[in-house]
Amino acid sequence: MTQTFAVALQSSPLDPVFAPLYWLLGLWSEVMFWLAGATGLELLQYQFMHRAILVGLCIGVMAPLIGTFLVHRQLALIGDALAHTAFAGVAVGLFVNAVFELSVSPYLTAVVVAMIAALLIEVISEATDAYNDVSMAIVLSTGFALGSTLISINAGGLAVGINQFLFGNLSTVSAENAAILLVLFGVIVGTVALTRNQLLYVTFDETAAAVSGLSVSWYNRVMVMLTALVVVGAMQIMGVILVAAMLVVPVAGATQVSRSFSESLLVSVVLAELAVLLGIGVAYYGEATAGGVIVLVAVAIYVVTVVAGKTVRAVGDDTPTDVGSISTNDVETHSD
Amino acid sequence: MSLAEEEASGHHATAATPVVDLSNVVFGYTATPVVEDISLRIDPGEYVAIVGPNGSGKSTLMKLMLGLLTPDEGTARLFGEPSHRFDDGARLGYVAQHASASKEMPITVREVVKMGRFPHVGFGRLTAEDREIVDRALDTVGMAGFADRRVTQLSGGQRQRAFIARALAGEADLLVLDEPTVGVDAESVEAFYDLLDTLNEGGITILLIEHDLSAVTEQAERVVCLNREIYFDGPTAEFVESDALARAFGTAATFVGDRQ
Repeated sequence: MTQTFAVALQSSPLDPVFAPLYWLLGLWSEVMFWLAGATGLELLQYQFMHRAILVGLCIGVMAPLIGTFLVHRQLALIGDALAHTAFAGVAVGLFVNAVFELSVSPYLTAVVVAMIAALLIEVISEATDAYNDVSMAIVLSTGFALGSTLISINAGGLAVGINQFLFGNLSTVSAENAAILLVLFGVIVGTVALTRNQLLYVTFDETAAAVSGLSVSWYNRVMVMLTALVVVGAMQIMGVILVAAMLVVPVAGATQVSRSFSESLLVSVVLAELAVLLGIGVAYYGEATAGGVIVLVAVAIYVVTVVAGKTVRAVGDDTPTDVGSISTNDVETHSD
Repeated sequence: MSLAEEEASGHHATAATPVVDLSNVVFGYTATPVVEDISLRIDPGEYVAIVGPNGSGKSTLMKLMLGLLTPDEGTARLFGEPSHRFDDGARLGYVAQHASASKEMPITVREVVKMGRFPHVGFGRLTAEDREIVDRALDTVGMAGFADRRVTQLSGGQRQRAFIARALAGEADLLVLDEPTVGVDAESVEAFYDLLDTLNEGGITILLIEHDLSAVTEQAERVVCLNREIYFDGPTAEFVESDALARAFGTAATFVGDRQ
C-alpha cells in the first residue's frame, strides 16, 4: 500500500545521503493517507500533494522566520533580488545537466548560485556602506537575464517548461526536491535558533550590537545566506516571481497586531501557515497556480490584520501609566 | 611603547590598565582628518565628559575608543587591547543620542532591556538571574510599569530610559553615553545625572559626550574639550576658568597647533 518504492525509481548521486529523509517522507505520506481516510479530502489522496503540503508547511515556518529580521532592517526587497539570481542558478543546473548529461537537481545549483549572489550583495553593501537599491536592482536583473539567456541557448535540449520555476508548481515537487527542502529547513531553523539573540540585537540596534562585541557584518552575511536558502526552498511551489511575498507579507501582518518581538515571530508563522494551507486548498480545487493563490490569501490576511490592529488601538487597552522616578539608592553595581 | 606615551600624556600613571588609551590618533572618513593628534587616557573609575561644538568629532572619537572605527594613525586601546579587536562586549555599556533602533519593529521595553544581557549569555539562554537583573534595571530607571509596552508607543524620554536600562542591565565596567538626555524631560534629566553619579561611585567608569555644558560642569570630574584636536583636558573646575571653551567653539582654525 505504501508507495515508497516510487522513490527507488529516482537515481541521483545524493540518494544515500537523503535516505533517512526519504524514509521520513514515506512516514509523512502514511500520516497524510490516514488523514485522507479520516477526513475524506480528495487532495490528500495523492502523494505529490503530500510532498507539496509538507514543503508548504516548511515554507510557512522558515520564510516569516527570516522575513521578520529582513523586514525590520528595511531589506524586504533582498528576497526578490535573490529569487531572481536563484532562477539563474536553476538555469545553470538545467544547462549543466543538458550538456554533461547529469541529473543534478536544478535546486541544488540554485542554492549555490543564490548563496554566491547573497554574499556578493552583502560585500558590495559593506564596501559602499549602505544597502543600495541600485545594486540590488542590478543583481536582480543580472540574475534573471543570465537565467533566461542560458535557457534560450539550450532551448533545443531543454523542453522543460520554465513556468514551473517562474510560477512554482505543486505537482512537480519530487521526493528529491522535498528532501533538499528538508535539509534547507533544518539548516535555517537551526541557525536562527542558535543565533536568535545576536540576530535580534543586530536587527534592532546595529551600533549597540557592534559595541557589545557582535560582528555586525558577519551576522549580516549569515542573514543574507539564510535568505538565499529560504528563497530556493520556497521557490518550488511559490515560483521565482512570488517567493519574496512569503518573506514579507505575513511579517507585515504580524507587525500590525503584535506587541513583542517573540509574539510577532509566532504570529507571522501562524499567518503564513494559514495562507499556505488555505492557498494550496483553494489552488487545488480551483485549478489555479498555488503560488499566486497563496500570496493572494496572505495579502487578504494582511488586510484583516491592519483592520484588527487599528481597531485594537482605537479601543485602546493602554491605561495611562506613570513613569516611575529614576532611583539612585537601589542601584547595585556589578561589584556585589 | 604605549607606556612611554602614557607618561608623556601627563596623567598619573597607575598600576591599573587604563580603560581607554589613545595615543596620537588621527582619523578621517576622507583625506581630511576629523580628529587629529588625540592622546587621551581614561583610568578605571573616572567620570569624564567630552564636549565640543557640532561636527567637532566627538562621536567619531567615541567610535574610535569603542573600536567601531580604526585609527588611520596612532593607536587606540580599550582595557589594554587594541580597540577594534576588543570583543568582551559585556564590559561596555552604550547609550546613543538618538536610538539607531528600528522605528516600526514590534518589541517590548523588557525585550530591549534583555539585550543588555546578550553579551553575557552568548548563544545560551537567559537565566532566572539574568531576568532578575533586567527587572532591577527597569526599576532603577522607573520603567517597570512600561515593561510590556511596545517601544514604538513610548515618548522620546521614555524610550531613552529604556536604552539606559539596557546599558545598566549589561553591568558594564565602562558606560559610554552619547548625549543621552536629548528628548528627556528636565525633571528626569536631573535624576538621571544623579543615577550616573551613583553608578560612578560604585566603580563604573563613565564617559559622557555632551552638548549641554551646564550638565557637564555640574557632573563630570574631568572635561575633555574637543574640536578636531583636544583643546583642554583636565579637572572640571579648571575648565570653567580657562578660555578653552571659547577657543574650541570660536575661531578654531587660528589656534591649530597652539596646544597647552
